[in-house]
Amino acid sequence: MREVIIIGSGPAGYTAAIYAARAALNPLMIASSVEPGGELMKTTEVENYPGFPNGLMGPDLMASFQEQAERFGTEIMFEDVTEVDLTGDIKIVKTGNGETYEAKTVILSTGAAYRELGVPREKELSGHGVSWCATCDGFFFREKVIAVIGGGDSAMEEANFLTKFASKVYVIHRRDSLKASEIMQKRSFDNEKIEFIWNSAITELKGSPKLDGVVLEDTVTGEKRDLAIEGLFVAIGSDPRVDLIENQVEISKERFIKVDGRTSKTSLPGVFAAGDVIDPTYRQAITAAGSGCVAALDAEHYLSSK
Amino acid sequence: MQPVEATKASFDQEVLQADKLVIVDFWAEWCGPCRMVAPVLDEIASENADSIKIVKVNVDHEQQLAMDYSVTSIPFLGVFQGGKLVKQMVGARPKAAIMDEIRDLLPAS
Repeated sequence: MREVIIIGSGPAGYTAAIYAARAALNPLMIASSVEPGGELMKTTEVENYPGFPNGLMGPDLMASFQEQAERFGTEIMFEDVTEVDLTGDIKIVKTGNGETYEAKTVILSTGAAYRELGVPREKELSGHGVSWCATCDGFFFREKVIAVIGGGDSAMEEANFLTKFASKVYVIHRRDSLKASEIMQKRSFDNEKIEFIWNSAITELKGSPKLDGVVLEDTVTGEKRDLAIEGLFVAIGSDPRVDLIENQVEISKERFIKVDGRTSKTSLPGVFAAGDVIDPTYRQAITAAGSGCVAALDAEHYLSSK
Repeated sequence: MQPVEATKASFDQEVLQADKLVIVDFWAEWCGPCRMVAPVLDEIASENADSIKIVKVNVDHEQQLAMDYSVTSIPFLGVFQGGKLVKQMVGARPKAAIMDEIRDLLPAS
């Protein structure tokens, strides 16, 4: 029987692991088999994580998180959780390799999954022009005209990164202003290879076997027009990953795990949640890390008061 | 059998003429998710030596092959049977998810 199992390995999970390990709780982290490190693994430059004045690459930041968690004795399993039973005093966690683990507490830090566009032929053309990972796929679009859809920091980050490869990058956004931070907005507006297409949504993907264009719909007038592009990078946000636990812990209408006030306490005793999976508002690496710390301290307190 | 590296020149023999089901992994050194899925494919190769062959295509060295199959995202797993691309998967995914996708293409055991 474990003291604590942490599900997920983004900034929230690793910070919970560091604190739990230093509290001598010998945490087991189930980090996922192919997506350990979470969303930052697909991010390029991280410039707003305090302590790194020159910025660093997302994967490098996550490697440091992992090293620090392991240094204090966190055991990390690169497996996927397939099933949980969190309702009893003893929490049961099953993984894809057929193992079952038991623990007195569980910290849920499963993060969020990239949102899909929801237009026809998206699946067929993904890998053939439609992409979710600029760092993985920018290479394929040297001297090509491409687009990023989205208006947040990650969309701007991707658009700027992709200008290293592409001859032109359109940014397609459904509104007439961006949600991105001022510094990322300015950088994008100043980038000569980036052109903004405002008030527009994509209704159709064209081309076979590869993407060669999209149909845009003006979100104000409803007018449609074609745009020729060979690549489309989707950065329209993400949805909390709650599939595993939604029938056990309370979930909000927006599908985030509900926690009690400023704590990480879910509706089930001994079950704590942290990071993007509880956060409809901020969703930053640093806020996730902070909330991972809260979860570890809450778990520690719960264990010592039992 | 451990994964085999293929080039444009050897692709016909290694993939199209193969008598087993072939999963072709289009990958690159600089692609994080590619590094994550590589050990998963190694496991699939060793656990299914009789029925599945894993072939790696490094897109940095074999750009023409990537273009031939319109690959613009990696990791890109192309499943070939009888010389034809019968299924494709984009992005790193767990072993169970990959096996689920190809189960009905494997000989009944």
